[in-house]
Amino acid sequence: MNAIVEFRGVTYAINGRPILNDISFTIAPGESVVFLGRSGSGKTTTLKLINRLIEPSSGAVFVEGKNAKDWDPIQLRRRIGYVIQEIGLFPHFTVERNVGLVPSLQAWPDQTIHTRVQEMLRLVGLDPQRFAERLPRELSGGQRQRVGVARALAADPAILLLDEPFGALDPVTRAEVQREFRDLRKRLGKTMVFVTHDVREAFILGDRIGLMKDGELIALVPASDFEKLDHAEAKAFSQSIA
Amino acid sequence: MNVLNFMWANRSDVWHLTLEHIVMVAIAILLATAIGIPLGIFMTRNRRLSRPILAVANIVQTIPSLALFGFLIPIPFIGGIGGRTAVVALTLYSLLPIIRNTFTGISGVDPAIREAGRGMGMTDGQLLWKVEIPLSLGIIFAGIRVATVIAIGVATIAAAVGAGGLGMFIFRGVSMVDGRVILAGAIPAALLALAADFGLGAIEKRFSKLLGVLLICVLVCSCSNADRIIVGSKNFTEQVILGELLAQQIEAKTGLQVDRRLNLGGTLVCHEALTAGQIDAYVEYTGTGLTAILKEPVATDSSSAYDKVRTAYLSRYGVEWTEPLGFNNTFAMIIRKEDAQKLNVRTISDAVPYTSGWTAGFGYEFIEREDGYPGLVKAYGLRFPRSPRIMDLGLTYKAVAERQVDFIAGNSTDGLIDALGLIVLEDDKHYFPPYDAAPLLRTAVAQKHPEVRQAFKDLGGKISAEDMRRMNYAVDGNHRDVKEVVREFLATKNK
Repeated sequence: MNAIVEFRGVTYAINGRPILNDISFTIAPGESVVFLGRSGSGKTTTLKLINRLIEPSSGAVFVEGKNAKDWDPIQLRRRIGYVIQEIGLFPHFTVERNVGLVPSLQAWPDQTIHTRVQEMLRLVGLDPQRFAERLPRELSGGQRQRVGVARALAADPAILLLDEPFGALDPVTRAEVQREFRDLRKRLGKTMVFVTHDVREAFILGDRIGLMKDGELIALVPASDFEKLDHAEAKAFSQSIA
Repeated sequence: MNVLNFMWANRSDVWHLTLEHIVMVAIAILLATAIGIPLGIFMTRNRRLSRPILAVANIVQTIPSLALFGFLIPIPFIGGIGGRTAVVALTLYSLLPIIRNTFTGISGVDPAIREAGRGMGMTDGQLLWKVEIPLSLGIIFAGIRVATVIAIGVATIAAAVGAGGLGMFIFRGVSMVDGRVILAGAIPAALLALAADFGLGAIEKRFSKLLGVLLICVLVCSCSNADRIIVGSKNFTEQVILGELLAQQIEAKTGLQVDRRLNLGGTLVCHEALTAGQIDAYVEYTGTGLTAILKEPVATDSSSAYDKVRTAYLSRYGVEWTEPLGFNNTFAMIIRKEDAQKLNVRTISDAVPYTSGWTAGFGYEFIEREDGYPGLVKAYGLRFPRSPRIMDLGLTYKAVAERQVDFIAGNSTDGLIDALGLIVLEDDKHYFPPYDAAPLLRTAVAQKHPEVRQAFKDLGGKISAEDMRRMNYAVDGNHRDVKEVVREFLATKNK
């Protein structure tokens, strides 16, 4: 299998205290993997290791077959879309500049950026005419989250990292955005690594689900097999839907 | 209103000093901004160093401003007399608010925004310029505003080191005990602070353009210094009058432009400034030059004192003692004129037989100094029935005029002597060291501008102790303008 993301025995520790313990897995191109776990289980850390916001204490992370250490971190991050729960839209940038951020960092021609931004906004269901010139504070929570996704997609990255992106939305909007996002992903065929503590969300969005607890990757199984897992943590999550 | 009339009459001074004030503060704030913002940014990147840097800036802020100016005077390159020292001191004062606001502003940027930026592949520089600085600009600017308002206030003290500015009026007003003059400095300074706060608020909205304009203005203003003679003075009324007198004499006789650095902190400040070439001339007293500068014992004879300081200054400092002005500002024993006439007393020796019936009133310093009261008693064999009453120097004049005491010690040029109908007893045994006043001039200036040297020569012997007393009283007692008093005096002498 030709993995686009691979962890080989990755451990990450802060001041000798392990946050992640000997994690290994591979993700195939175009695949959607959801890491599911409670707060502090190490799922966000796993995500940050992929775009080199942090470096493994031991073991290695490979992205597109190349050790992350050998990637220029700036170039690596620009090839990977990144969405976080707080979204982190720049409050002093308009929607258009926020979405066009990575393309402009990559020095695309202005006209190309403009066209691309329009396209991205339409893709996430926002009318460019109405929204392009707004500032983030003039948007609702759901609209902001869509802008965040559009921004992550703007430079056409092969990989998309999403850290509980819909966590702060109200349940109705969240369900709507989750459905839209699932359809979007299928159309675009991006590789996606998604982090959540919401088992429902994991089922909607994940081809495979990785269950994490206390820095360990307990299992990484196809979504359909998740409920068959014989592990207390898996059962706890499965029961939380019922 | 009085103050407004005074300001209007001196409008060119007010305008000139305000301009000096603005230039001084503007340069200091630009420097502090140029240092403080990068330092604040540096601290956000090296958090471990942020505490020590802030601590140092805090400590600098707590140094009393006058002390800070004092510390800077002896330091080469950045110190000395005049604008440079003031700018350095003001810059140091302005650093803290700018550093602190830059640091807290950037540190206060939402971490999620920073993480998003980094996660999308912004370099540290891009994050700083495109995100962190724009988002903290308001706070950084608030720091600059605070620093500016503080600097405008502190800059009034810069007059003490000869940097000019509106503090000139304040210091002059304090030494003359004239509220109008103080307010002539204080009111424009306060207005300036308000205007700066308001103006910077407006600039904040169009940051770069207006700052550029300001920068150009400052540079243009600060580059206008041609061949001028710089006259200094110490910080008491007589000295200010004499400084003004030298300045007007040069202007009248040579047509050269004169910069006035009057009200400098004291003898040592003036001396340092003169030898460093930061001022070209000021009036000194032979006794002071001998004891305070040359550290030699006092001389008893006028001409030998003058010869000593003249020779030593020429060889050591390249400074010439020009012709004495004609008066001796020394300790003076003073009695009421009516007593003097009634008893036919002219000298201290004449007075000795009568002292057994008199009460003396002295200032604290005169009682204590070895060359004061104890020596005087020995030299003349004075006998007072009671020990002298000790009182504030200023009160002794009132006391003798109101007959509470009969014999006081003052200075021979005190303006109140004539005004209160008193008389100075001649020191016929030459007990008190001579303090003859004479203008000092740097020899380099004397060679380059012989006409200045000639102008000083023309002043030789022109000012009697009585003339000096009258001018002192005109300024201190009648609250008249120094320039006017000097102008009138020169007009009578140069006929």
